[in-house]
Amino acid sequence: MISTMTFRRWLVLVAVTLTASVGDTFLAVGMHEIGPISLHHPLSLIAALKVPWVVAGILLLIGFFASYLTALSWADLTFVLPATSLGYVVVALLAKFWLHEYISPWRWSGIAFIALAVSFIARGPSLTQHEPQLETTAS
Amino acid sequence: MHPVSQLATWSMILAIVLAATAGDVLTAGAMRRIGDLDEIRARSGFLGAVKAVTGNTMFLTGVLFMAISFFSLLFALSRLDVSLVAPASASLTFVSNALAAKFFLRENVDRRRWLVAILVCCGVALLAR
Repeated sequence: MISTMTFRRWLVLVAVTLTASVGDTFLAVGMHEIGPISLHHPLSLIAALKVPWVVAGILLLIGFFASYLTALSWADLTFVLPATSLGYVVVALLAKFWLHEYISPWRWSGIAFIALAVSFIARGPSLTQHEPQLETTAS
Repeated sequence: MHPVSQLATWSMILAIVLAATAGDVLTAGAMRRIGDLDEIRARSGFLGAVKAVTGNTMFLTGVLFMAISFFSLLFALSRLDVSLVAPASASLTFVSNALAAKFFLRENVDRRRWLVAILVCCGVALLAR
């Protein structure tokens, strides 16, 4: 395994983490503004597209998908997923400090587990080099 | 909400996890075949990169499985508590992705990556408490 990470690539992983977590939180804020949507009137979801928070959330999630695909083009899935799992922590922190939700000691311990996992994966290699590629490099 | 049997509950969660894993692995496999997107963008521009990705059948199949996973999640959420479904499916997907990446993508999932997958899995489960 090799490390293919550069400063710019770490920035892409930060973008994956932030766009997903902030995008989800924006959607939550927007949908709370609209209120419950009945399963019998699914077309009322279209009204959600008039709420700026929802539109901003969707734009961020498009940005998430683009940066996630970019990351997968130069790093392993088993590197990208844990490296960007810090997003769960960002959502919890946004929920506490912006939406004023309560974070229990159990949740804080969950945050600690994820932060520990991210620090482990960040110190390891990012890409599995398969044999055919090694031969190409050697020739 | 009507009571749901343990078998039905875990079948719904398993369906979400399997579809999500198939989606992630197919998408990752497609991106590996397509190659470094930064290089493609430098060579053929932004539209060239979009064309390379959206013209790949493996990628489109991956997106289809992601959509199946999303609708399975919605289906499960209409019958089960979000506090069980969301963390159980998210955390189990971390472990199943590590397994699938090892066998299908031939990624080198060493002890560090297993430990990390299990730590994230526990972390997500704790976040839901």
